[in-house]
Amino acid sequence: MGETKLWTWHLIAGVVILVLLGLHMLTMHIGELTGLFVANRAVAPTAPINSMARDSQIGFSIGYVFLLGVALYHGLYGLRNILLELTLPEAAEKVLTALLVVIGLGLFSLGTWAAIASHAVALTTGRG
Amino acid sequence: MPGNGAVREVTFHVRKFDPTKDSAPYIQPFTVPVKLGMTVLDGLHYIKEYHDQTLAWRYSCRMGVCGSCGMLINGRPTLACNTQILDVASSRLTIGPLPNFAIVRDLAPDLSSMIEKHQSILPFIVRAEAELNDPAGEYFQSPHQLEEFLQFTFCIKCGCCMGACPTLATDLRYLGPMPLGQAYRYNTDNRDDGSQQRIPVVGGKVGVVRCHYAGECSRACPKGVDPARAIQLLKRQLVSSYFGLVAKQPSQKQGPNTKGTRLPDIPDAPPRTVKP
Repeated sequence: MGETKLWTWHLIAGVVILVLLGLHMLTMHIGELTGLFVANRAVAPTAPINSMARDSQIGFSIGYVFLLGVALYHGLYGLRNILLELTLPEAAEKVLTALLVVIGLGLFSLGTWAAIASHAVALTTGRG
Repeated sequence: MPGNGAVREVTFHVRKFDPTKDSAPYIQPFTVPVKLGMTVLDGLHYIKEYHDQTLAWRYSCRMGVCGSCGMLINGRPTLACNTQILDVASSRLTIGPLPNFAIVRDLAPDLSSMIEKHQSILPFIVRAEAELNDPAGEYFQSPHQLEEFLQFTFCIKCGCCMGACPTLATDLRYLGPMPLGQAYRYNTDNRDDGSQQRIPVVGGKVGVVRCHYAGECSRACPKGVDPARAIQLLKRQLVSSYFGLVAKQPSQKQGPNTKGTRLPDIPDAPPRTVKP
């Protein structure tokens, strides 16, 4: 059942990614057309002024941290499944799983720190 | 020209291997005069009678029921007794043992790994011990309930699906299509209460999550069973079970003094013609 649990959340993460990545695409890549989360439509959605405007919203920062979490889980679990098909010994499989968990947590921490820092900078700059 | 009413001569390229003598399998050609209606199994009998008395394979019923003669015929896992030579070969036919199994000798695979995996999924109707000790009454199963798993009961455990599975070819620990299909068959049977005991096995890391849905098992099955579908439905059962959404109808026990409800479209029996 343990594997079923991980696999089920892998599927759910895929659906969540589909939604959040869709929002990301609508914002960052065709933001000129949609105007979604684009504060200043005179410049590109990726321009610093628009990025700062988005980062100043706590909901947007939380959304990106959430997307980062589900994307890391989905990607690393998929990678683990591929690597486990190499039919490694039981001990090597445990080491591999632990390694991927550590990598995942490390990347998640880094991304979360970046999101919080951007939020703080955006708030500071906005006040300044 | 082939004689004795033979339509044509076909060269059987048979993979031979005796683990006690040979270091590696090798291909040996045999010429067989083929008549209309001859199956690959008949061709093998011809070879054994006229060319090579040491050729080994497994067979029993000769009519696609027992599942003993599963082998690789022209690269496709299927039953030798169920394959007409003239349907699959013009002048050349390759025959080997089922892949993904150890070889006992020549065309006889060692199916014990499949049988052990099959046993691990509890391939029988699981009921409470107290009930087994007091078997009063019977369990009602409607035609609709039977229909949900009927096709999976046609499995004859020939191993063709296991031989065709590319996932099993890369990882022999994977349970494979036959045991997983049978796990679905028993989990879905409304008389069975063993799905919670099967979940740790089929939901483990060598269970359904390993299936890539190549679909080769369903293509190979000589009985028309669709194990790939069973595996996908089993995945659905596992996810539903994880979220507590299992809606399996409890079995309806009927004692000797109870009567089932007759369906409305079933007419009354005709009157007796002979008095009891």
